[in-house]
Amino acid sequence: MTLTEKLFARASGKSNVNPGDNVWVKVDVLMTHDVCGPGTIGVFKREFGNNAKVWDRERVVIIPDHYIFTADSKSNRNVDILRDFVREQGIKYFYDVIDDPNGSWHFDPSKGQLKRQFGSNFAGVCHTALPAKGHTRPGEILLGTDSHTCMAGAFNQFATGIGNTDAGFVLGTGKLLLKVPETMRFHLVGELPKGVMAKDVILHVIGDIGFDGATYRAMQFDGPGAHALNMDDRMTIANMAIEAGGKNAIFEFDETTRAYVDERTKRNGTRAQYEPVEPDRDQKFIYDKTFDLSKLEPTVAKDPDPGQRALARECADIQLDRAYIGSCTGGKTSDFLAFARVVNGKRVKIDTFGVPATPDVVIELQTTLWEGKSVWSILESAGVLMTENASCAACLGGPADTFGRLNRPMNCITATNRNFPGRMGHKESKVFLASPYTVAASALTGHITDPREYLG
Amino acid sequence: MGAMSALIEGSIFVVKDNIDTDQIIPAQYLNLVPTIPDEYEKLGSYALIGLPENLYPTRFMTDGKMKTEYAIVVAGRNFGCGSSREHAPIAMGAAGVEAVIAESYARIFFRNCVATGELYPVESTSRLCDVLKTGQRGKLDLDASSLVVEGKTYSLKALGEVKPVIDEGGIFNFARKQGLIAAQQ
Repeated sequence: MTLTEKLFARASGKSNVNPGDNVWVKVDVLMTHDVCGPGTIGVFKREFGNNAKVWDRERVVIIPDHYIFTADSKSNRNVDILRDFVREQGIKYFYDVIDDPNGSWHFDPSKGQLKRQFGSNFAGVCHTALPAKGHTRPGEILLGTDSHTCMAGAFNQFATGIGNTDAGFVLGTGKLLLKVPETMRFHLVGELPKGVMAKDVILHVIGDIGFDGATYRAMQFDGPGAHALNMDDRMTIANMAIEAGGKNAIFEFDETTRAYVDERTKRNGTRAQYEPVEPDRDQKFIYDKTFDLSKLEPTVAKDPDPGQRALARECADIQLDRAYIGSCTGGKTSDFLAFARVVNGKRVKIDTFGVPATPDVVIELQTTLWEGKSVWSILESAGVLMTENASCAACLGGPADTFGRLNRPMNCITATNRNFPGRMGHKESKVFLASPYTVAASALTGHITDPREYLG
Repeated sequence: MGAMSALIEGSIFVVKDNIDTDQIIPAQYLNLVPTIPDEYEKLGSYALIGLPENLYPTRFMTDGKMKTEYAIVVAGRNFGCGSSREHAPIAMGAAGVEAVIAESYARIFFRNCVATGELYPVESTSRLCDVLKTGQRGKLDLDASSLVVEGKTYSLKALGEVKPVIDEGGIFNFARKQGLIAAQQ
């Protein structure tokens, strides 16, 4: 069996499963957020009754993160719906925007978008917060009401996105009927060359197999090239499996995984026991290809979908109006450090927005010093508009007052994960996906730019 | 929702490849909660509003209307790709769409159609989005797996095991009928 098949077998209590089998899977963690949580709660109450209790109050993780720093009253209300449900159900893990468990959330636009407006429990973007808060564990099943839930596959677990109705079913039963996917294997060898990041790896892969090349399938990343990547890089790759239509991404377990997970579960006091899945000798793949990372170059996905692959150096004629760094896939500390390496001591030429994925990223950027200056201040001095309000922000457009949203037709280069028409706001905008290095170099020149010349 | 007839007749709206969930229901409307009745209706009024005007000059929804005049949407490859938002099939269902006929679907959208019972996601056997035109009338027969437009019959893939689930109005009703979960209190 492949890694994904082994996870399905374990979670369904079977000794063996085959691709195509429909099996009842026992869920270890269900995650939801402010955009799909209220609807999920609505389905749960409609179907199981007003007095129903969730199947396990310690296995439901609720992370408001999408439409938080907006004056839109319905969006603010949706965070309150989550809080009411958490209180009623005694749900243990709720990363609220405010500290008062009986309060209500109102964003105050008069205080501006840049300064922190959240309390001490807020965790930021769900997919980055889940591992940071110790909720990703090897060998487990994680379902979430968000397509980028597949990011947690970096931790040797099965993780995928589901709709509200399925999530309502899981809330009540702790189980879901899922089909065992076929597995595509991406065998990574070699090391990333200068100027090339994990984002380039996944953009290259998606370009190779196409925007629907992994539909209904598991994407397994293994080989020495995969083991050489740190957890942030593995997350970046796993995050975008869905952009090729993939059901999930999965990495092997190793010492890097163990060190990351054990530190986070210990720090947060979450469940620390887990059992990874190891690869069998007789894995059957529907696709098996080796990728030499040392041959990759800075890569871009052009408008209008993530499969429109091109090399950054071939896109110099594409003029830009805006650059953006943020989101689950591109708003981690390592992403901002890469961005800062390129813009350090220089000045961006176009409007450039930075949205850290989590409050921890904000703190790390404000306390990491380069020659006596914080990375945060280096980014600000370069002209990047940095907000402390960690959230999904303009990655998915959001309400009209969302920080960084494309409110008119424009060309934007971004370290986020999706570029279909209208994704970041205006439907006539063009969005180009690239690594933090490439986004940074392009912000300096105002056109798509290969970052290698900016890295000493 | 609820049991539907095997025959669906109505006007057709044609779209091309890769219609993602942002084009079906733009993210700015995700502040609406589908299980709140008036917000469900409101989602319907925004169905397919994210289609770029330059590519789709004929609009799916008429401004100010809550329901569409199109019962059937015909699409190319990878319909419903992108986000897992269930608001997408719900917006289409709330607008009055009864079926989509696409060359292929993104996984989560397909599953959400079945789970909610909002609409039938039918697969075509040829590229109908290059043949049919918006505004044509079609007669879709889910039992015979065929679509008749202007006297010409196009064969479709059978819906198979998902049809009875959608007939019942989604997985909860279906699961209760099958005894997989307890009857509602």
